[in-house]
Amino acid sequence: MSDPTRSSPTENNVTDESMEQAAEEQAEQTVAESRRTHHAIWVSGTEERMPFAESTDEGAQELLPRDEDPALAMQRGVVVDDDYVVPEHVDDAERQIINMGPQHPSTHGVLRLHMELEGEMVRRVKPIIGYLHTGMEKTAETLNYAQGSTNVTRMDYVSPFANELAYSLAVEQLLGVEVPPRASAIRVLMTELNRVASHLLSSATMGMDVGALSMMIYGWREREVCLDFFEKVTGLRMNHNYIRPGGVAADLPDGWTDDVITLIEMVNGGVDEYEELLNENPIWLDRTLGVGVLTPEEVKQFGVTGPVARASGVDWDLRKQTPYCGIELYEFDVPLGKHGDAFDRYKMRIDEIRQSLRIASQITETIPAGDYRSVDPKVTPPPRARIDESMEALIHHFKLFTEGINVPPGAAFQAVEGPRGELGCHIVSKGGARPWRMRWRAPSFAAVQALPSMMTDSMVADVIATLASTDPVLGDVDR
Amino acid sequence: MTDVDNKLIAALLEPFESAQVSERAYASSDSTYFAISIPVEDWVAFAEAAKTRGFDTFSDLFAIDHFTDAPRFEVVLNLVAMIANERIVVSTTVPYDDPTVPTLTGIFAGANFYEREAFDLMGIEFPGHPDLTRILMPDEWEGHPLRKDYDIGAVPVQFKAGSADL
Repeated sequence: MSDPTRSSPTENNVTDESMEQAAEEQAEQTVAESRRTHHAIWVSGTEERMPFAESTDEGAQELLPRDEDPALAMQRGVVVDDDYVVPEHVDDAERQIINMGPQHPSTHGVLRLHMELEGEMVRRVKPIIGYLHTGMEKTAETLNYAQGSTNVTRMDYVSPFANELAYSLAVEQLLGVEVPPRASAIRVLMTELNRVASHLLSSATMGMDVGALSMMIYGWREREVCLDFFEKVTGLRMNHNYIRPGGVAADLPDGWTDDVITLIEMVNGGVDEYEELLNENPIWLDRTLGVGVLTPEEVKQFGVTGPVARASGVDWDLRKQTPYCGIELYEFDVPLGKHGDAFDRYKMRIDEIRQSLRIASQITETIPAGDYRSVDPKVTPPPRARIDESMEALIHHFKLFTEGINVPPGAAFQAVEGPRGELGCHIVSKGGARPWRMRWRAPSFAAVQALPSMMTDSMVADVIATLASTDPVLGDVDR
Repeated sequence: MTDVDNKLIAALLEPFESAQVSERAYASSDSTYFAISIPVEDWVAFAEAAKTRGFDTFSDLFAIDHFTDAPRFEVVLNLVAMIANERIVVSTTVPYDDPTVPTLTGIFAGANFYEREAFDLMGIEFPGHPDLTRILMPDEWEGHPLRKDYDIGAVPVQFKAGSADL
């Protein structure tokens, strides 16, 4: 320490203050040290102590005090017009913070819910995501357009065909390529059967989470039939890379109509069975009726789409609003719910399975003959026989497979109705074989964002039912 | 401003004289959507006007990095009018040295996560956002991965045959 007699009064002042600060810090350190000693864990068999974790707080994601947290207030319906009951008096002694996930089985992947509980009541929820972030939008910038569909099919791994379709349509929009009617019909068939498979999985896991274990077994049983058909057509049970810019990878295999007709019969029979099992089951009704209600106003504010939005009575289905791939040629209805609760969301999925099967059945009767991919040389290589005869054909084939598809500069947005809602693909091209930026508008991302407004002021057990009925796929949320 | 046939879009764009609009067609479909670009000063006012005109469904918000072009960043907002069955893709640009766009969370509660994502991955600042923290990357992450000057990186792979010691 410096001698006070040799310094000016101001400096002296500063030194005093800093000394006090140092003393305070020391006192704090001793408290921290004592806590460390108290909690210390010894490395087994030695006198050495395990290093103590720096802290156990949540960092930037911590739940702030109630009045300092406008983000959560916003999501709990303060901004959105709603009828939530926000308690005036909150007993601090009763409150505890519980983390659900990211490793909890009923979080459907790696979703983490940061919940503030008051006894059995959930007072605040903050979804924390990013545990499955694999940077697919960044990866897409390094892959050419032909490779792109192998990338995007891994995003929402439960509905790979929808991802591929949105991507392919966006690329086609930039290229101005026309797809032959048979390719479009195959695309519709595959995406609709994918919707069936996805909804079956969703209903099965919802049954599992709520305690209807038979539902889980039954749902998986029927889904297996769909996956078998996908395997027969594409060679793979998931991550198909079947729908590609310009058409589809291969024509449907021989005897596919019989397979689809058998599939439709089996799944329709299964769906009847589920409804018999669950629709009047008192336990199922107790667990789902009036649980996790989402109002139409919240649906619009948070951009929630798909069965979750339609369960709230929002009549928005892109297959009807902006029909793509000739889906307007087929007859189908869009089921609508009234209450926006977990039961209505389950019911929407069951009804949508029936409608999708109806479309599939019409396709087996009306599928046009013709090519399964565009003959446009921008996306399609010349036939194998031509390569033996023509140098130009060989060069064309070589360029297409080494450079990839050359896409003119521009921006394109394309949305399709995936099983979880509006799946949008926004591609920005600056010319060349690789996209400059590929953006995915993921339906599950919006659904996860709306979770707090569904879950607050409900019971802990209802959180599970709400989450299961919302059906987020974390590969889609985190991309 | 470019003239458009659509009455709703024309009415929406009337107060915003510097807005540019173009109609784009979806692939394999008869439907269209409108791509609109506006200056960043009009961002909030435009979103409010769109909401009152019926574009009340928030669909998407994200950023694009036009590296080496100036202005460097483009922020895109995607809104849907469910009753009119129209979609607008609104974009604005911000420079590299001041990548700030006013927040839309006061108008659309759903902008919350999307603005966090644009902040996290592209480093766009949204003044007025209640909780502008990272959302997909870990909290302690440095840099904004979707920027074009952010290296894609690689994990060194040790091949058995490639090692000099063997």
